[in-house]
Amino acid sequence: MEFLFYFGDVFTPFNFGLLLIGTIGGLILGATPGLSPTMAVALLIPFTFKLEPAQGLILLGAAYTSTVAGGAVSAILLKIPGAPANIATTLDGHTMAQKGQGARALQLSFLASAVGGVFGVLLLIFLTPVLAKWALAFGPSHLFWLAILGVTVIGSLDGSSVVKGLLSGCIGLWLATVGFDDIMGAQRFIFHDAVAGGINVIPALIGLFAIPQVITMFAKGRARLDAEVLSVEKHPIGKALKEVASRGRALTIGTITGSIIGLIPGVGGQIAGLVAYDQSKKLSPESRKFGTGHPEGVIAAESANNAMVGPSLVPLLTLSIPGSPTAAVLLGGLLIHGIFPGSDLFDNYPDVAWTFINSMLVGQILMCIFGLYVAGLAARVAQVPNNVMAAVVLGLAVFGSYSVQNSMGDVYVMAALGTGMYFLERFGFSAAPLVLGLILGPIAEANFIQGSMIANATSSVGQYFFTGALNLTLIAIVVLSVAYSVWMELRARRYTTKDEAVAKEEALS
Amino acid sequence: MSDLPRTQHIIASGIVAGVGLAVAYVSYTQQPSEAFVFPRLIATVFVVLALWTFGKAVLGRTKVGNGLSARALTNIAPGLIVALVYIFWAAKGLGFYTATTLAFFILVSLYDPAPHGQMRSWIRRLILTAGFWAVMYALFAQVLNVFTPREIFF
Repeated sequence: MEFLFYFGDVFTPFNFGLLLIGTIGGLILGATPGLSPTMAVALLIPFTFKLEPAQGLILLGAAYTSTVAGGAVSAILLKIPGAPANIATTLDGHTMAQKGQGARALQLSFLASAVGGVFGVLLLIFLTPVLAKWALAFGPSHLFWLAILGVTVIGSLDGSSVVKGLLSGCIGLWLATVGFDDIMGAQRFIFHDAVAGGINVIPALIGLFAIPQVITMFAKGRARLDAEVLSVEKHPIGKALKEVASRGRALTIGTITGSIIGLIPGVGGQIAGLVAYDQSKKLSPESRKFGTGHPEGVIAAESANNAMVGPSLVPLLTLSIPGSPTAAVLLGGLLIHGIFPGSDLFDNYPDVAWTFINSMLVGQILMCIFGLYVAGLAARVAQVPNNVMAAVVLGLAVFGSYSVQNSMGDVYVMAALGTGMYFLERFGFSAAPLVLGLILGPIAEANFIQGSMIANATSSVGQYFFTGALNLTLIAIVVLSVAYSVWMELRARRYTTKDEAVAKEEALS
Repeated sequence: MSDLPRTQHIIASGIVAGVGLAVAYVSYTQQPSEAFVFPRLIATVFVVLALWTFGKAVLGRTKVGNGLSARALTNIAPGLIVALVYIFWAAKGLGFYTATTLAFFILVSLYDPAPHGQMRSWIRRLILTAGFWAVMYALFAQVLNVFTPREIFF
């Protein structure tokens, strides 16, 4: 119950103000199609430089939580998911809005998000310290395999091609080695002055997530956004509360599915929402109503994608292995303050860790309260034309990257990586494994070198890295995750026509 | 295989394979070799996967990635050129705020669905640009105290 000691820190005027700004801003950003939670958090990082570590994390955590929930606004009112996590919400949410039940759908969505989100953060609160103690038993070989696991799981699960996902992870791992070697001081792959000091993670993250989105907006040309905003009529909140309580099955399925999926590295909110929706539909006696504006569809999808948020941070805070791209961005936010998460985070920085986690708990409630009021405004903001959005994001990306170290080199790296990533994405490569490779590369290398030294002094490298229950378990998970993804890919291709595959890719891009 | 010309996939995967081979070459030849143990490990996997992808592209068996249509390329080109000139030359050459303001105005105007012949739409774009400049200046110069290159202008 240590977290209770730090609850007061969330309610200092400045911290609470940041929480409010992060929540309301996140709701609006989340409702804007094209601004994913990861990109929103990456663009916010430069604004945390001047803040204390806990304050910066409060802002980033609030933005993460509320962008996921805010995406439901445009999913329901515009039929455009604000983020991939809200795809399942459009299925019933927009139909409800078309029937004149937009307010009801929004209320159900925010209430379900809050229930799922609170449950997810409670899991984070109670699981993290236990796992952190367990993580103390991890040696260099285990941490090396964990880092590789992080890259391979995301590489194999994130995209539609396992080989290209893993290849993206390799590119990220290679980029992480650019610069000076830590032990020998040797120059590695320094092909331009801008990368002499290595590739700074924050500009790289901004570039990899923001620039492809900017170019995607360019690709639409001078097209007018023709989505119609459906009006939001009044609906008593008490009724919505009763309805959420009476639809316990969908809420439970969504919350539990989201929490479990959040714990698995690499499986994001999009999967959580879709799996919860599917399970809820299968187990519901009213399964035929799903897709026709059934409230259970909204409740299951939204409770799942917010329940995923808390558990997705467990591997980051205990093992310093970010389980998702957004967690990787949050790791970047920690690193700029000199805080390296891991098993000793709760011993060395309990105030930072607990204030951050507690703020996410409070943020879930604030998100629910403000979400209901901000929804109308957010839907209007979601209609900001592409040309303005692209120019704003580009400007923020340039200033944000520059302000990390006041270096033009970082801006060049941001632009080069972002432009390259756009073209790679068009050919089936994915940013998420590349980012994970870039972040986990130094962890993998440091532990590989350390493990090799220990192995040379005690046994052989093969014996040190490939024996022991924990090593073998981690290797087995790496192999199984890749094998499972290959099997799923082959299976999907067997049952998918060419036209369906092209349509699916177009929809996802 | 998507209907895109196979050449696009061959070029893209060829570039990736080329990078992979270059990384492998440097990793296996550069000294001190102890500093390249981990890069060698990555480069080996990198090259195998990249050549596999390239081989599939050459054989026309690429299953994912819709590539770029001629229309998308035409749409992207002006914006990308403005963005790259802004980042790689104007930001340092003209000054950060001047370059950002110019780039914002050009991009907003280039991609604005509103007709380019209307005075009203130009005034709207100018007001938007002024608003954007004010917000960026307030945020980065006043609140965050970021010292940006001033160069010829501001």
